Amino acid sequence: MYRYDEFDHTFMAERVAQFARQVARRMSGEMTEEQFRPLRLMNGLYLQLHAYMLRVNVPYGSLSSAQLRGLAEIARKYDRNYGHFTTRQNIQYNWIKLDEMPALLGDLAKIEMHGIQSSGNCIRNTTSDQYAGASADEIEDPRVYCEIIRQWSTLHPEFSYLPRKFKIAVTGAPKDRAAVALHDIGLRLYHNAEGKAGFEVLVGGGQGRTPVIAKTIRKWLEPEDMLSYLEAILRVYNLWGRRDNKYKARIKILVNATGIDEFRNQVDSEWDKIKDTKLQLDAQEIERIRAYFASPAYETLPDYSAELIAHGEQNTAFKEWLKSNTAAHKITGYLIVNLSLKSPKQPPGDITSEQMLATADLADHYNFGELRVNHRQNLTFTDVRQIDVYELWQKLAALDLATPNIGKVSDIIACPGLDYCALANARSIPIAERIQQRFEDIDRLHDVGELSLNISGCMNACGHHHVGNIGILGVEKKGQEYYQFTLGGSSTEDAALGDRTGPGFSTDEVVNAVDRILNTYIEQRDDIEETFLETYRRVGMAPFKEALYGAN
Amino acid sequence: MALIKDGVEAKDSFVNACHLDTLPASGDIIVSLDQWNDHRDALLARDAQLGVTLKSDQHPDSIADDLQHFALVALEFPAFTDGRAYSYARILRDQYSFAKELRAVGDVLLEQLLYMNRVGINAFDIVGDNDLEQWKVAAADYTVWYQPTNDGRTSIRDLRRG
Amino acid sequence: MPHMVIANTLRDGRVVFLSHDGSWAAAIADGELAQNETAASRLLADSKSSANSNVVIDPQLIEVNETDHGRQPTAYREYIRAYGPSVRNPG
Repeated sequence: MYRYDEFDHTFMAERVAQFARQVARRMSGEMTEEQFRPLRLMNGLYLQLHAYMLRVNVPYGSLSSAQLRGLAEIARKYDRNYGHFTTRQNIQYNWIKLDEMPALLGDLAKIEMHGIQSSGNCIRNTTSDQYAGASADEIEDPRVYCEIIRQWSTLHPEFSYLPRKFKIAVTGAPKDRAAVALHDIGLRLYHNAEGKAGFEVLVGGGQGRTPVIAKTIRKWLEPEDMLSYLEAILRVYNLWGRRDNKYKARIKILVNATGIDEFRNQVDSEWDKIKDTKLQLDAQEIERIRAYFASPAYETLPDYSAELIAHGEQNTAFKEWLKSNTAAHKITGYLIVNLSLKSPKQPPGDITSEQMLATADLADHYNFGELRVNHRQNLTFTDVRQIDVYELWQKLAALDLATPNIGKVSDIIACPGLDYCALANARSIPIAERIQQRFEDIDRLHDVGELSLNISGCMNACGHHHVGNIGILGVEKKGQEYYQFTLGGSSTEDAALGDRTGPGFSTDEVVNAVDRILNTYIEQRDDIEETFLETYRRVGMAPFKEALYGAN
Repeated sequence: MALIKDGVEAKDSFVNACHLDTLPASGDIIVSLDQWNDHRDALLARDAQLGVTLKSDQHPDSIADDLQHFALVALEFPAFTDGRAYSYARILRDQYSFAKELRAVGDVLLEQLLYMNRVGINAFDIVGDNDLEQWKVAAADYTVWYQPTNDGRTSIRDLRRG
Repeated sequence: MPHMVIANTLRDGRVVFLSHDGSWAAAIADGELAQNETAASRLLADSKSSANSNVVIDPQLIEVNETDHGRQPTAYREYIRAYGPSVRNPG
């Protein structure tokens, strides 16, 4: 993985010193809250309902065990012993004190981490596929380009006061695990007919109150031109994106208003002027960064999958877990293992300091000292020897990190909702908990099969409800919480926005409504192989509507 | 009100004439884009330096052919959150090779000084004289930069290559 | 219905209520209750004094019910602010 060199360290030290001075000026009253707010936001510090909340970037989801230990220590020292992983591969702390921020940022810098640009109208943390470098279906490692984008976008002088926030995601596999079509810019790495790697560039995707699936602006972009092309898109957006209405300020609105063809022309015209400048990446620079992401020292191992399956025959719990929580590796004898942060005992994405420390030890022992954070708010060990998998499962189970529900209905994405968030209209976590409790039965969970259920506590859609196969949006009506459903959303390579079912349900009715949706799916599906999404696409909304609201 | 130019406090020879009905007969002045378009001949006939202000919705393309007449271009920030002029500065420097003074006016914050420097803005109208010391401190906030721009600073990528 | 002033402290962001002596109390029970509109606007004006601009962030009036179980903000959002998340901290 990437390691800071002297220049990265110098930069971080200067950033920490700058923010320490800004905090001091605010505390002494030299600066008003209005002046200070954008500065703290650009360091990831929000004021939420109960306290300050700090969002720390995990660049493209990649963490070392040492970093995870550092994050655990920060939770212990400055917060209440836990953290929350978000859908954008960040970790959030909920109980931060402003006067402790300079020391906290100093501690973060020691583990090569920070909260820079995790908020504000600037380029946010670049996200990626959690299986990068390991998955059997990967074409090219996206982390190389994510790191180049991370450096380019950090304190970009021209693009730090954009009309609105700006999110970039990169993937290098045909199966999209990074939701690239729901980003302001999505980059898809693939090989052309000559076998050379390049990008398909998507632009103008996003969620929030106006969800849009991104459109292809370029079918082929040479990696060497990546930064100049990104800079051209950002410049057109910075110049022409709306600034009069924050709900219409994202690039998706500009792309839709301009039309993708005209938008492409504008970008090309800007790109022509800057293509041959220092933004041009040469092979030497790309290879220099690629070296950081060299594969770990894999052993030559026999395929052990038959033995794992045999273990499963003796142990149903292991069998179910193996089926749902692991994925194929590119190297024989290895497996990708997902750690579920969706136990019914903890809010989705939450992890305690003790779990972080124990996970760091397991990463050292079983996964070359690294791990990933993924956009479904779980953790991933990318390089586990198959021969170790049974033992690892036992240890994960003891930590409550082995709920066998990855990609299942209880693997819920949920934002913090009204329990923490100043923007929320309704709670998300208690709804997630109730649904998880209802579907704790493993047979039911696996009978329902592959399904994403996403919950947001307001229109801003941090819980990705638009792209959940089942989406739940919390709204407030006359002081009461109500929950509206959408069906048929997807965030993968077949990205789609869900359709509204109809009127919302009260807190007490939500879980039964989910139950009715799932029963309808089971009645309607052709066979057990047909997923919820496939069935919905085939039969449409009508039977679900009838199950929810009765025949009209 | 003070002017910081190229890192030091400077005397401002210019009078802002953007809101004056009658243009001063003599002395260096800064006019609005409208004034420039309306009184072009009269302004060119004056025996003094001329500057023009671009509002945040006035793209530098509108003065591209006239740049040789201006001793300075002032870029207006109506609110510190309106970042369009960062791009205008780069277009003026990189695409139109404008080499004279680029001045930030309006809601310009201390914390934005370095961003502005890096896109080519070299002069700042600042409010309140006692801020001057802090502006000097802020100018030294960073010594390393990831992005290559044309402000003369070496990017980290180039430093790594030695 | 009575009103109170709620805010977050600048130093640590914690929720506080303006009390009768002008200080900020952590417990809703210790905050000053304004029984009418005049008292409420005076309370809000006090909370926005220049001295307070450096102590708290975004003070605002909230409506409060006095019940047998103590004071309860009528808006659920403010109830959660006053009493904490409805889910327990995992840590």
